[in-house]
Amino acid sequence: MKNRLKVLRAENDMTQAQLAEETGVSRQTINAIEKGKFDPSLPLAFKFARLFKLQIEDIFEDEKN
Amino acid sequence: MNTNKYTLKLAFWTLGWVLSLALVTFGAKFIWNFNVTISVIMILANLLIGVGMILANIRLLQQIDELQRKIQLDAMGITLGVALVAGIGYSALDITNVIGFDAEISHLVFLLGITYIAAILIGNARYK
Repeated sequence: MKNRLKVLRAENDMTQAQLAEETGVSRQTINAIEKGKFDPSLPLAFKFARLFKLQIEDIFEDEKN
Repeated sequence: MNTNKYTLKLAFWTLGWVLSLALVTFGAKFIWNFNVTISVIMILANLLIGVGMILANIRLLQQIDELQRKIQLDAMGITLGVALVAGIGYSALDITNVIGFDAEISHLVFLLGITYIAAILIGNARYK
């Protein structure tokens, strides 16, 4: 699954550690998601969406599309 | 995150379990001279502490974040598979007298420990 997390984080001037703190996960998790190595759970995806005031599909995209 | 507290609790329970196991193993010979009643009490205490260790592990798994949970789950799955395949194979080697010594459960426990640690390290490296 592709995602725009790194871009959104940069646009909001946040570090990986800050995003991790805001969403209650580790910095390793944020890094793995940004690199596309790990797909987050739905609750975590909703946390990202709420934080950036976007819809989930604005952040994550199925690679088949 | 609050995982350090739960990791420490698991370490405490694991240490208690190992020490109680050592007491059962060596105490029967060197302290209570194979008194059956004392041995049974000590084994029951060891089992109860073991239950505490399992519950502490479950609580830790509930606290860690979802990537760490996945790494743990993968490591446990690999360890379970290795335990089943290697354990049965090792037992077969003993039953068929291919090896000249008894297949001890301690050898399997050692293999499980090594497998689990290796799987955790590989899992963490994969998601770095």
